[in-house]
Amino acid sequence: MEVPGFLPRAGLQQMISLLQDQGYRCVGPQLRDDAILYDTLSDADQLPAGIIQQQSPGAYRLQRIDSPRCFSWANGPQALKPLTFAPREALWYARVEPDGNLRFREAAADDEPLAVLGVRACDLAALALQDQHFLQAQPDPYYNARRRRLFLIAVHCSHSADTCFCAATGDGPQAQSGFDLALHETDEGFFVRAGSPAGQAFYQQLPLEPGDAGAFAAASREIEESALRQSRTLPVGDLERQLFDRLEHPQWQLVAERCLSCGNCTQVCPTCFCHSENEAPSLDGLSSEHQRQWDSCFSPGHSYLHGTTLRADTASRYRQWLTHKFGSWQTQYGRSGCVGCGRCISWCPVGIDPTAELAAICQPEGPHDA
Amino acid sequence: MKALSSDRPRIAVHKFSSCDGCQLAFLNLGEELLQLSQRVEIRHFLEAGLDHPDDPVDIAFVEGSLSTAEEYERIHRIRASCTLLISIGACATAGGLQALRNLDNAHDEWRDAIYASPEFIHTLKQAQPISSAVRVDFELWGCPINSRQLLGAINALLFGVPPFDERDKLCLECKRQQLVCVMVTQQKPCLGPVTRTGCGALCPSFGRDCYGCYGPADNPNTHSLSQRFAGFGLLPDAIAHRFLLINSGAGEFQRAGLLARSSQDPAAAPLTPEEPEHE
Repeated sequence: MEVPGFLPRAGLQQMISLLQDQGYRCVGPQLRDDAILYDTLSDADQLPAGIIQQQSPGAYRLQRIDSPRCFSWANGPQALKPLTFAPREALWYARVEPDGNLRFREAAADDEPLAVLGVRACDLAALALQDQHFLQAQPDPYYNARRRRLFLIAVHCSHSADTCFCAATGDGPQAQSGFDLALHETDEGFFVRAGSPAGQAFYQQLPLEPGDAGAFAAASREIEESALRQSRTLPVGDLERQLFDRLEHPQWQLVAERCLSCGNCTQVCPTCFCHSENEAPSLDGLSSEHQRQWDSCFSPGHSYLHGTTLRADTASRYRQWLTHKFGSWQTQYGRSGCVGCGRCISWCPVGIDPTAELAAICQPEGPHDA
Repeated sequence: MKALSSDRPRIAVHKFSSCDGCQLAFLNLGEELLQLSQRVEIRHFLEAGLDHPDDPVDIAFVEGSLSTAEEYERIHRIRASCTLLISIGACATAGGLQALRNLDNAHDEWRDAIYASPEFIHTLKQAQPISSAVRVDFELWGCPINSRQLLGAINALLFGVPPFDERDKLCLECKRQQLVCVMVTQQKPCLGPVTRTGCGALCPSFGRDCYGCYGPADNPNTHSLSQRFAGFGLLPDAIAHRFLLINSGAGEFQRAGLLARSSQDPAAAPLTPEEPEHE
């Protein structure tokens, strides 16, 4: 096995500075409001060193341990999604001109070069899915501008959370593709690999040392063990067929008794792309901003057609989310819409676990209250 | 909802039993209030010094609950002289804080305990929302409502479309602002998952839990949320207090609160308020 170059921990600051010198705003994971969020990173000391996490259905807890490592956690509530598909943005403006005509003006797309440090394998898989939706099915100029500006530095996941199941979906914990650089973290530093021409060019500028084969083997083993620690799985076989064969399964009602229909699962999901659009007119009645914002299949507006909300109850909304995410997504985009990040489990205020719901719905012998 | 016939509609702002806070959504507009007054003709608005309560108007904004016999007479007069009636705030839409007195049928005891000279207080046993007496064309929820909501509704009517009814759960607004969920990280008993958005996720943006001042959202599952609160260690009385506060008169919150109260003493049936004197 070829041993990648090694970046000693002290070289991390140099990496951030190099990115800044090349015109990137660097963004990385940081401790904010009891969670790990991505924010502007100018100093390696801002990274969450010695932070580990515990995730379980409906709960997310951070703890501090004595460790120099900055990536000993699985994920926070955000994926890359807010950086490419903005939670709320202006699409265009309309204005009544003095001659009485309406003039439309496109909103400026956000194309500030952005280098993201600490991207997870699941989030890269989700990004590839969002690319399919926003760049191929119906090209979206705003997404495209935000997407093209990204320089992505993945860190392979050595600490799966209890809620993670990326090994079951085949999307992690080792980043396979879609990154510019990928890092294995050790106590002493990082093994660095390039995954793109831009990454290769940047790799050449890093103050790398020859890597130690034994240390790299140990770092690789950590990622394999991280996969083995995951306990959640998905039902085997054709999930699309199984789900659509069970549209009247009693489990849909059982989960609806617990589900708050709050949409948190869809908002933290790195692949969900639903949005609504609305007008925000000015007070003088002469101009208006056309806005787009994240929406959810759990909101009443999502299925509102001609005076009727088609999916008025929670059972039908939950069924829509699960059958689309794990079922009809396969026909639509050629694979399941789930990348196994487990955010929908941790960030559900009442701790509903879709892997348990799928098991209950798809098992042959009948329902059980998960 | 009827469309407005005038290019420069006349509006009135009426006050009933309330703290005046929702009317501030107009006054807080500042410079925009001058702009607004060019697009609408403000006929009655005591807080702004305009005193023509009986003038016919296109839109009557009504703040406050119905708490006295005089208020029942007055709301019928207002309804008869306006095209559209819009209730503003928790008091007007659900009875407000003062509707807490409905829950215990203890109006007289509370009055006598609170006021130094209770003989001057001529309130009814219950405080009721405006919609209990007259037709309400649109409701703006909140305690208090904000200027953004108000302008949104007026702007929509000026453009000839019905105002947008914000019924989504507050959680959606939290996530659009990328706020971290205080329920998941801190086990705070947040009402966001059953409460209407519209406030801009004010409390969660300061790291505290929503206390439901914008009222029940679409399709609220108060039962599941109550069970979760119990799982956090809240006693039934504490759960009841979450729901029975600003919007205790709103159906879903009242049911959840009374259910929690009754589970405190399993022998006691949920307390049902007596029927109000005026229908």
